[in-house]
Amino acid sequence: MIESYTNGDGDGLVRADPASYGSHPNHYPGRLFIVEGIDGSGKSTQLSLLADWLRSEGYPVLFSEWNSSPIVKQTTSRGKKKMLLSPLTFSLIHATDFADRMEREVLPALKAGACVLADRYVYTAFARDVTRGVDPAWVRSLYRFAVTPTQTFYFRVPLEVALRRILAGRPRLKYYEAGMDMGLAADIQQSYRQFQSRILDEYENLVREFGLGVMDATKPVETQQRILRRAIEPHLVGLRRDRGLYEEV
Amino acid sequence: MRKFETYGRTLPGSNLEELSGWLIVIEGTDGAGRTTHVNRLKSQLAHLGYAVAETGLTRSDLASKGIRRAKEGNTLGSDAFNLFYATDFADRLERQIVPALRAGFVMLTDRYTYSLIARAIVRGADPDWIKQVYSFSLKPDAVFYLRIEAPDLVPRVLASGGFDYWESGMDLPMGSDLYESFINYQSRVIEELDSLAREFQFETLDVTQPVDTVSDELFRRVSQLLEASTRGRDDEPTPAKERCL
Repeated sequence: MIESYTNGDGDGLVRADPASYGSHPNHYPGRLFIVEGIDGSGKSTQLSLLADWLRSEGYPVLFSEWNSSPIVKQTTSRGKKKMLLSPLTFSLIHATDFADRMEREVLPALKAGACVLADRYVYTAFARDVTRGVDPAWVRSLYRFAVTPTQTFYFRVPLEVALRRILAGRPRLKYYEAGMDMGLAADIQQSYRQFQSRILDEYENLVREFGLGVMDATKPVETQQRILRRAIEPHLVGLRRDRGLYEEV
Repeated sequence: MRKFETYGRTLPGSNLEELSGWLIVIEGTDGAGRTTHVNRLKSQLAHLGYAVAETGLTRSDLASKGIRRAKEGNTLGSDAFNLFYATDFADRLERQIVPALRAGFVMLTDRYTYSLIARAIVRGADPDWIKQVYSFSLKPDAVFYLRIEAPDLVPRVLASGGFDYWESGMDLPMGSDLYESFINYQSRVIEELDSLAREFQFETLDVTQPVDTVSDELFRRVSQLLEASTRGRDDEPTPAKERCL
């Protein structure tokens, strides 16, 4: 059973805490745009379309993907393959990966005035780790070093729609991806459904807590893209661009 | 009945009520003689009939290889390094320390979170943040701090093969050569450990004394602690110690 957030105040709300995520505002010239959502929400497709458009407009773009630090990801995949990860170490190893990308990719690009696009951000950790039983306030303080995004888009999709998109391809679901470590169900597809459903609930809490922008991910692809571009356009004012950069593409 | 607590945050999925062993931490900077004293203590306690296990930094199944690789290339940022160490610690806490305590072992730990907190602070981490990161850790039964000043470490370091890159803080702007950097870095680490010693009430031992004097004193204090709390464990009428006689 997922407990609601409490910070000892009894009103069910985590307060903006100087020692927690949200205390590192983006003072840099660049912009940071995030897409979040469960697997099958279509967020990655939308982000890659957005990247194409930004490049064609001459903006320098940097992609940062979840779980991609060259040093750390070997340990993560070893932990996953050998099923060594507990909720706590799962949380910490992903924070390690994130910190490495923050220091070596995201911050330099923001300082250089780029559009940084991240497919999943701290909210993925908050949703997954808390679903696995990790203390909500602790995981928020863990990510204190993370820069607050310019804008975050949560791709809201009904569970059945996302499951259909993912499970239709008859994928080979992985142990942790399906939440098998939680012992929700013996059948991996069944476990995946239940785990995703809990993560979906957790995302809804995050939408309220952090005021995330919500994208209706059941709309047609081009409609979503139009909404996305319109939403970020005002944030592009004043960004350095070079229209000659990508003309050949 | 003794009971373990954490420094704040609960450990997901662990029942601390079931832990009946002892967690004894030996802290101290590089070259303070921790390994020697852990080894001696281990055989002395084993001789008394206690079941003894030990662990130390970067000995986890999960992260030890990755940390070694990252150190070789000096390729990780400092927050990432701090969290990598925390991952290693968490893995050992859950998969070595907690199971040993559940089985009633005396768990000797060659450095604990404190050294990691000290090294993080010296490298610029916010003290509140790094303490918060480790707030899932168990409060040990006792922390023995093997204290020494940086200049007194020098002969020991030279005798054991010279200055190490990381133990000299060469990843930091601490001085132009290994010796100078070593003294500056170790002095800063010791300063942080001293401050943690006050905050978390370590028992401090001066390790510039002869090694036998230190190890006798350490053994005396640990065995006293074990006997006192064994007597308190009325649910275990036959302590391990007597089974051996």
